[in-house]
Amino acid sequence: MDLRREVERARRGGDEKYHRRNRQQGKLFARERLRLLFDDDRFVEDGLLANALAGDLPADGVVTGIGYVHGRPVAVMANDSTVKAGSWGARTVEKILRIQETALRQRIPLVYLVDSAGARITDQVEMFPGRRHAGRIFYNQVRLSGVVPQVCVLLGPSAAGGAYIPAFCDVVIMVEGNASMYLGSPRMAEMVIGEKVSLEEMGGARMHCTVSGCGDVLCADEPEAIAAARRYLSYFPSNFTERPPAAPASEPEAPTAEIASIVPADQNAPFDMYQLIRRLVDAGSFFEIKALFAPELITGLARLNGRVVGIVANQPRVKGGVLFVDSADKAARFIWLCDAFNIPLIFLADVPGFMIGSRVERQGIIRHGAKMIAAVSEATVPKVSVIVRKAYGAGLYAMAGPAFEPDCCLALPTAQIAVMGPEAAVNAVYYNHIQALPPEEREAFVAQRRAEYAADIDLLRLASELIVDAVVDPADLREELIRRLDVYSGRVRDWPAKHRPVTPV
Amino acid sequence: MAIHLITADMAGVVAEVKVREGDQVAPGAEVVVLESMKMHIPITAGQGGRVREVRVAAGAFVNEGDVLVVLDDGTGA
Repeated sequence: MDLRREVERARRGGDEKYHRRNRQQGKLFARERLRLLFDDDRFVEDGLLANALAGDLPADGVVTGIGYVHGRPVAVMANDSTVKAGSWGARTVEKILRIQETALRQRIPLVYLVDSAGARITDQVEMFPGRRHAGRIFYNQVRLSGVVPQVCVLLGPSAAGGAYIPAFCDVVIMVEGNASMYLGSPRMAEMVIGEKVSLEEMGGARMHCTVSGCGDVLCADEPEAIAAARRYLSYFPSNFTERPPAAPASEPEAPTAEIASIVPADQNAPFDMYQLIRRLVDAGSFFEIKALFAPELITGLARLNGRVVGIVANQPRVKGGVLFVDSADKAARFIWLCDAFNIPLIFLADVPGFMIGSRVERQGIIRHGAKMIAAVSEATVPKVSVIVRKAYGAGLYAMAGPAFEPDCCLALPTAQIAVMGPEAAVNAVYYNHIQALPPEEREAFVAQRRAEYAADIDLLRLASELIVDAVVDPADLREELIRRLDVYSGRVRDWPAKHRPVTPV
Repeated sequence: MAIHLITADMAGVVAEVKVREGDQVAPGAEVVVLESMKMHIPITAGQGGRVREVRVAAGAFVNEGDVLVVLDDGTGA
């Protein structure tokens, strides 16, 4: 064989017309994507000559190998959409399985650059049903989960079975306009169930990042998406046995002293929790996960004095910061992610509780709320609960309240912890009594009871009863958190031995 | 003519309606304040337009997804 010729042919990918079509769609060639992903060209590739004898299937439509991201080895699988639209044949699948096995042996992250039409149906017997066929990709993903970071950058379609690759990754970064994810295409939906729907409505990037929750980060184009993947990896260790890499510390974007003026004393008034986060974490370090999905709760990675932390914060500006099915789901998954990779958790609580009403009961708010509380309970990484303002009812539990073994529960002076707010509580306890009073006496009676209730849950009383471990001046909160995380970094990760928990969802 | 529906983010009681039929509203403007879970929940216009219809009054219960205000772009009947 003529080695140079075969190698060059395989590296070129598919026919020029497919490269042209890619460019028209704002898509890069798989190997250009790898150049953006990796630090340099120290790329070690396997299976370049896969299916070389077929002639028109260079590398069998997928590039696999190991390169470096921020100086650390990272494995990659990149579909080549110029080769049969990135579809999977028998050797495509075998290459994907092998890079997964390599990532597991080496204990290094695996990035999936997905842009694939799915299985080659004509080859199904060789690649769909068997022991080392497509199903094994997902089996391997589940095995890898929590061992090494798995990142999906969705740059084109991921259809039918292929849609499970993003679903089993820790994070999915999507390019708006090009990324799509669906079990059945719009054409198939019309044929099988009679639904007429556009591709964007069915499984577009924006839909998945705002409605379904399948997407975590929405990007405008490929360079932005691949840069986001690099940035995401900078917060993670290579595997679960290591700690996240530290970085040089920096001051917050705005002074921590301003926090006091951001949090209103009126428990019912909205404020913007992002303004508090900006004043707490190192400037430019906040990397938000699921920014567009269930925005009444904020989840994101950040650095505090250079140390990686995961932030779970209620957002009172949206839906009053109340927890819903989707926000509970978002929180649970983020907590699992941080717990898997030794990332300490900071909870910033300002929560009226879980939503009530017939609508959410029918959605199963109880079991989804229980899932979030289970995730908080199971997390054995250092965790700090900060009661920013109110923490009512099960909201206190969901935000790592004192019973959930946080390393400490801190309160700002604006904190209010109670089974419910004063208005609701007085009504609940004295409803019959109030109804029996002459109308002109009711207002004074209610005001008196509320005052008693407020005294009962006064923060000084809660500190005196050791409910909270410290009351912190907002201006000192950042410094307090930095010191606390320093001393808690050796937390023993102890939990009863078992085969597995039986989770509420 | 483009119609834009402003809906309730969550179940609650209408505390205040801040617009009247015929008003022009800017994108992001508060049109209704709900009270739910004892919190004030501002409901804002996703895009600007003219208020064609106000479908709720203070004191009304609304469920998640109920239409509160209908906007149009004021270009015709």
